[in-house]
Amino acid sequence: MQQATTQSGIIDTSYREAVREAIRDAIKRDERVFLMGEDIGRYGGCYAVTKGLLAELGPERIRDTPLSESGFTGAGIGAAMAGMRPIVELMTVNFSLLALDQILNTAATVRHMSGNQCGVPLVIRMATGAGRQLAAQHSHSLEGWYAHIPGLKVLTPATLEDARGMLWTALEDPDPVLIFENVMLYNMTGKLATDAGPVGIDKAAVRRTGRDISLITYGGSLWKTIEAATALAAQGIEAEVIDLRSLRPLDDATIMTSVTKTRRAVIVDEGWRSGSLAAEVGMRIVEQAFWALDAPIGRVCSEEVPIPYPSHLESAAIPQTPKIVAAVKAALGRP
Amino acid sequence: MVEFRMPSLGSDMEAGTLVEWLVKPGDLVKRGDIVAVIETQKGAIEIETFQPGQIEQILVNPHSKVPVGTPLALIRAEREAKPGAPGAAPPPTAPTPPAAPVPPSPARAPVAPPSPRVLGAAVRARVSPAARRLAEERGIDLSMVTGSGPAGAITYADVERRLGEAVAPPERKRPLWLDLDAMRTAIAAAMERSKREIPHYYLEHQVDVTACEQWLTQKNAMLPPDNRVLIGALAIKAAALAARRFPAFNGFYRDNKFEPAQAVHIGVAIAIRGGGLAAPALHDADQLSLDELMSQMRDLVQRTRAGRIRSSEISDPTLTVSSLGTRGVEALYGIIYPPQVAIIGFGKTVARPWVIDGAIGPRSVITVTLSADHRVSDGHAGALFLAEIGKLLQEPSKL
Amino acid sequence: MSDIDIRKVLQEELNNIAPEVDMASVDPAADLREVIDIDSMDFLNFISAVHHRLGIDIPEIDYPKLVTLDGAIAYIGAKLGSSTT
Repeated sequence: MQQATTQSGIIDTSYREAVREAIRDAIKRDERVFLMGEDIGRYGGCYAVTKGLLAELGPERIRDTPLSESGFTGAGIGAAMAGMRPIVELMTVNFSLLALDQILNTAATVRHMSGNQCGVPLVIRMATGAGRQLAAQHSHSLEGWYAHIPGLKVLTPATLEDARGMLWTALEDPDPVLIFENVMLYNMTGKLATDAGPVGIDKAAVRRTGRDISLITYGGSLWKTIEAATALAAQGIEAEVIDLRSLRPLDDATIMTSVTKTRRAVIVDEGWRSGSLAAEVGMRIVEQAFWALDAPIGRVCSEEVPIPYPSHLESAAIPQTPKIVAAVKAALGRP
Repeated sequence: MVEFRMPSLGSDMEAGTLVEWLVKPGDLVKRGDIVAVIETQKGAIEIETFQPGQIEQILVNPHSKVPVGTPLALIRAEREAKPGAPGAAPPPTAPTPPAAPVPPSPARAPVAPPSPRVLGAAVRARVSPAARRLAEERGIDLSMVTGSGPAGAITYADVERRLGEAVAPPERKRPLWLDLDAMRTAIAAAMERSKREIPHYYLEHQVDVTACEQWLTQKNAMLPPDNRVLIGALAIKAAALAARRFPAFNGFYRDNKFEPAQAVHIGVAIAIRGGGLAAPALHDADQLSLDELMSQMRDLVQRTRAGRIRSSEISDPTLTVSSLGTRGVEALYGIIYPPQVAIIGFGKTVARPWVIDGAIGPRSVITVTLSADHRVSDGHAGALFLAEIGKLLQEPSKL
Repeated sequence: MSDIDIRKVLQEELNNIAPEVDMASVDPAADLREVIDIDSMDFLNFISAVHHRLGIDIPEIDYPKLVTLDGAIAYIGAKLGSSTT
């Protein structure tokens, strides 16, 4: 029976293992693919994503680098231009700023600068987000900044399927793709089909349907948003939850279809509010779906402070379920 | 700090229910802005502020019924107006006859440069874009819709509900805020007081309005229906101009003395289907061009029948005009609406044999009546006043 | 536009002015101003509404032709007919 087959093909796994499986699969599938970054080999990765891969795949494919983000990101760009399909791992988005010149001025512009003679088929993975008490230099969510840059694609896998499936699709892209893995998701466990494979990266996903309001989010905030939607359902408010999946390009069609249906929107974004991706999404809604709106668009973003170290302050600084619930009620004019 | 209080909107009003705030703390308001909607026996009234400044605090929540004079909100005056500055005070606290709201004393209130954040002249009800578009597509009058969204905004669902009502049995189409029973009680109280306190005298005068009719026929022939003028507008303009020349008929009788009014605000008697009557003010009717007057009268009639009258329109009339137009009877003798001192009635236009230059010919004639307060004026003055109206109607192009 | 359609438009517009009146029961030959109690302002609003809705010009001099429902239907039908030829 079909169902029995499907049942037997499901495993319990974690987000971390799904990312690792995606790397292993890509390296085995394509001889041009290799991974490089700080402490990814002998140490197994600062979030243990690559644990065991050095022994299994060898030092040619799993390469420890010096502590020089600009240097090894540049090396990855050069390798990509020369025909390889490198995956560069940066420990966190905060550290990626050391490589910003390579990412913005080189990776994102080479196709343009070379008159389309060559591109940079490079994938850069990095951790993002707060919640692990790593303080103000390791905890920020700057993916919205990268979504500002033409020439890049920016992905934010939030589910096991996307953690497993986005990497290969990204590697097939002829241009640079950045993948942001929220640090709070690595330990998330769940079921995944054993034959889970590549997924599309150009569409947002409706994770929960509802008629009263559209909650638009991505990455680590997805699960808090779904929790908020569940709490709201108990009070008779049916929220639709959209997982953007790709921050650049944005899937306007899915957003507008939802907002046109619900006529209200709240955007949940772990980035800071000012100049945020949430601002961009909100403005697109105003541009494209103004006449469908029934209430001002709401936003739940991080407080405009460096992410604090103490656990209670860190938690208070970023979007949380009660804040999302409150924003929804404000948009609906409910007490 | 100035208290914005529950105004007295009629001699017999003792309390009102705050229906809706149209401002929130922090909003800047200027003189004449509509800040709240209040439910009274006359229906829902939009209340304007006469105090420019910033809303400091809301003291009374919607759906509360409070006595006249109760502070509803605190307004921080522009610059540093002293708390309770004279002249800035809202209408009187006791249920005394309706006062024309007292403007702030010019000497005390330096005019601050207009702030860029001042709300628009007409503070509009909040309507969501989706609701606005649906209302436009389906021809729904948004003034008839009650908002349920954030800050009382009208939402898509509210307009949908209204659409449902529009196809529902007709008796439900009456505006939600027009309580005819309460209105009848208010009329009863005002008319009873008028007949008890005011010694009326009555005059009538027949006026040949053939010139008016011919002039209107010519004027309207070239105009689309939206811009056509009714003879009632001529009547109001003539009455307003005459009142300017005969101030004894334009003002209020209060505290045993007559206070002539500075401006001429004509109360236009408007019948409401099902048995209601209101006479809200057409402000500065003597200053308006005929076209302006007509268009404002049309708006006033429409809003009154929809139950959306503004507070100043309720308390401001200085002289009432009741005009029957083309239907009804030849003459009506009105009862003065206190504390006003006169009411003018225009009967319907009738064709009559008339002597012109020694020969009999057919003319269109209207009987104009005056009911006036004998404490303030005498029949002789009344006769001159009526004659002046008749004269003005002979030259409609000059109105 | 058929007479039935015109009747429907007129009844809707009159109902906007006099919502409580059951238009189906109104004698189509009776003076509307009397039977549904509308004043000159109401009648002007009615003429305005018909003008906007059907795009026909109704000069004041023709008002007497529109004071009954039957009269108004005949008048508007003729106007619409002549404008389409």
